[in-house]
Amino acid sequence: MADVEQGCELFSAGHRACGGCGPALAARLLLKATGKNVIIAASTGCMEVFSTPYPETAWGVPWIHSLFENVAAVASGIEASLKKQGRSEKVVCIAGDGATFDIGVLCISGAFERGHDITYICYDNEAYMNTGIQRSGATPYGASTTTSPAGACAPGGNPLPKKDMPAILAAHGAPYVATASIAYPNDFIKKVERAINTPGPCYIQVHTPCCTGWGFESGETLAMAKLAIETGLWVNYEMVNGVVEKAKKVRRKPVEEYLAKQKRFRHLFRPARLDAEIAKIQAIADANAERFGIDIKVKEPSE
Amino acid sequence: MMEIMEGSHAVAEIVKRCRPQVVSAYPITPQTHIVEDLAQMVANCELDAEYITVESEFSALSACLGASAAGSRVYSATTSQGLALMFEVCFNVAGMRQPIVMTIANRSLGAPLSIWNDQQDSISLRDSGWLQFYAEDNQEAADLHMIAYKVCEDHDVLLPAFVCFDGFILSHTYEPVDLPSQEEVDAYLPAFTPYQRLDAEEPLSFGMYATPEYYMEFRYEIDQAMRRAKEAFIRAGREFGEQFGRDYSALVEGYRLDDADTALVAMGSICGTAKDAVDEMRDAGRKVGLLKIRTYRPFPGPEIAEALKGVSTVAVLDKNISLGNGGAVGTEVKSALYGSGAAVYDYIIALGGRDVRKRDIAAVVDLAEKGEGDMFYGLRTEVL
Amino acid sequence: MALRIGCAAPPGRALENKTGAWRVFKPVFDPETCSRCGMCALVCPEGCVHETEEGTFEPDLDYCKGCGICEEVCPKKSIRMEKEEK
Repeated sequence: MADVEQGCELFSAGHRACGGCGPALAARLLLKATGKNVIIAASTGCMEVFSTPYPETAWGVPWIHSLFENVAAVASGIEASLKKQGRSEKVVCIAGDGATFDIGVLCISGAFERGHDITYICYDNEAYMNTGIQRSGATPYGASTTTSPAGACAPGGNPLPKKDMPAILAAHGAPYVATASIAYPNDFIKKVERAINTPGPCYIQVHTPCCTGWGFESGETLAMAKLAIETGLWVNYEMVNGVVEKAKKVRRKPVEEYLAKQKRFRHLFRPARLDAEIAKIQAIADANAERFGIDIKVKEPSE
Repeated sequence: MMEIMEGSHAVAEIVKRCRPQVVSAYPITPQTHIVEDLAQMVANCELDAEYITVESEFSALSACLGASAAGSRVYSATTSQGLALMFEVCFNVAGMRQPIVMTIANRSLGAPLSIWNDQQDSISLRDSGWLQFYAEDNQEAADLHMIAYKVCEDHDVLLPAFVCFDGFILSHTYEPVDLPSQEEVDAYLPAFTPYQRLDAEEPLSFGMYATPEYYMEFRYEIDQAMRRAKEAFIRAGREFGEQFGRDYSALVEGYRLDDADTALVAMGSICGTAKDAVDEMRDAGRKVGLLKIRTYRPFPGPEIAEALKGVSTVAVLDKNISLGNGGAVGTEVKSALYGSGAAVYDYIIALGGRDVRKRDIAAVVDLAEKGEGDMFYGLRTEVL
Repeated sequence: MALRIGCAAPPGRALENKTGAWRVFKPVFDPETCSRCGMCALVCPEGCVHETEEGTFEPDLDYCKGCGICEEVCPKKSIRMEKEEK
């Protein structure tokens, strides 16, 4: 029997996310991990917008939204206040990749450097989705977005690599940093539980494919997330005090299987195959595999 | 108890007595002595607060917002470039109706970079929904912090406030200040009772977004709260007077205005110099007075019109400029006096810390009485 | 209805928005082949798949947007998306 909470949906239906929304699922799973004794600080973005058009809020726990880039600073203040008041609620930030990798870096760096007891969850759909799919620091190499579109002078789409946010935050001394994926929901839940129960600033980056922004059928959201992991373009791992402890192992598939299924990579195949670009993306996956040791060792056939 | 102390120190001592639970601080000249004093007080166990050394002013106010929403009385201080960096958060805090009190040690805005005083910084946020109180001297600077917390936290108001005192001129000068005891402050300012807060027992979503169907009404309600703040300030100021003997029950204060033909209008420490100048001019037989504006927001338009009834010439001293359109205070005073028949002139003065002497104030009165106004006063034409 | 200060609101109002109206395809659950693993309920982005008394699952069609994730994850292929006749 799976781990299902009956009737206790702290993130209710009726929210305005696209059908098949990855972040919406992440929000639901997050609250299954935290339970009621939590204060959520949210940044502006898809999740905030689809879950709180006044007065229809989907959140059944205390929740605050201030601005796009300051969720970590707001959370720092909440944490300080709770400490002074002797209260036990966990403080959890939830923000998209745009808010986290780019505009919010100042506040996150400060909060993590000061060691506040907060958990920061970045739902990574790899672009500024709420504003219509623009490139962020999390957009992977080769993806086409509206501000890194493929065109005659830029046939490869986004020419810049994905920023390694987990490493940056581990370098701040974060005791627990993890990547997760909605493809493995129970794993995500466990990681959130671990993070909120680890004193100090913890970071989880959860991969949340966006059917609207990446260009695939809404029912394929989890399949796409799984494929990202299976090709090595996304690695699920945990870092404890800066050291990688556990990375999910896979029988790796070629990246092309992942790329071919999303409109944001279509320019790599049509009007002509860009083999050099696809090879570069394969190299990224290979480097990930090497760095995190994710390849399941195939037994050599015996004589 | 009357003691000679630096303005910043007086502010820190009063803030300590107001018992903030969370202080977030980013250093910027000329506010640094305040936040340094508070840090020492926390380190010495004199102030029981969480002190967050934030990574920017933007974060300072954001952290205050979080702490306030979670149910704590909070404090921060800034000026000039730091306040400008907080611009976005200021609008957010007022919209979220958090009663944050923040000291502004007024300083000019760059470019060009200047660390010296004028009031451009706080005045540039006059549309933000923050209450704005201006101190003439360090006693007022201290007193206004207590009054500010009381007014802001009033459930009829629930707006944040800037307590403004001129950078260096007040912050770094030593004046006698009567500091009340902790018990006296506790009697005036009880513990913070939030109207609503982030609480797992009673969950709420704060800061949702408003569609065109709702946005205007939210903004209307903030405007109404700002107008109710007038009464709340008068009430709090009167109670302050009853308890401490210094009355603050007026949004504006006249000095030798009763039979004045010409009135100066000003905010902040320049009022001290102006009062001395007025005394000298009175001694020489000139019928001059001063109207001091204490609360710039909510703007005391009707109160200004009432106070200046019968005055034929008004000279507004503006330590700021709305580039291309004159001084902010002058523009708003003209609007308040519309239809009164008075000749109202606006003088841009003392920008970037340029000194103002009694003879400068007298020169402004001369200009106004000659009908020469709406100008930068005291430009060094030789460097132009 | 009075506005709540600070643009705040208590929980629950999102349920007034019946997102089931968005749907083009609707999921049809077959309890006969259901293995009761609960994955569908776990991964529905709306949280609108509920356990029945028998331990099988059914969608709340008031909110189901017809995304099809449940069909894709079901290990027994016991859920089928069908074009909804309106």
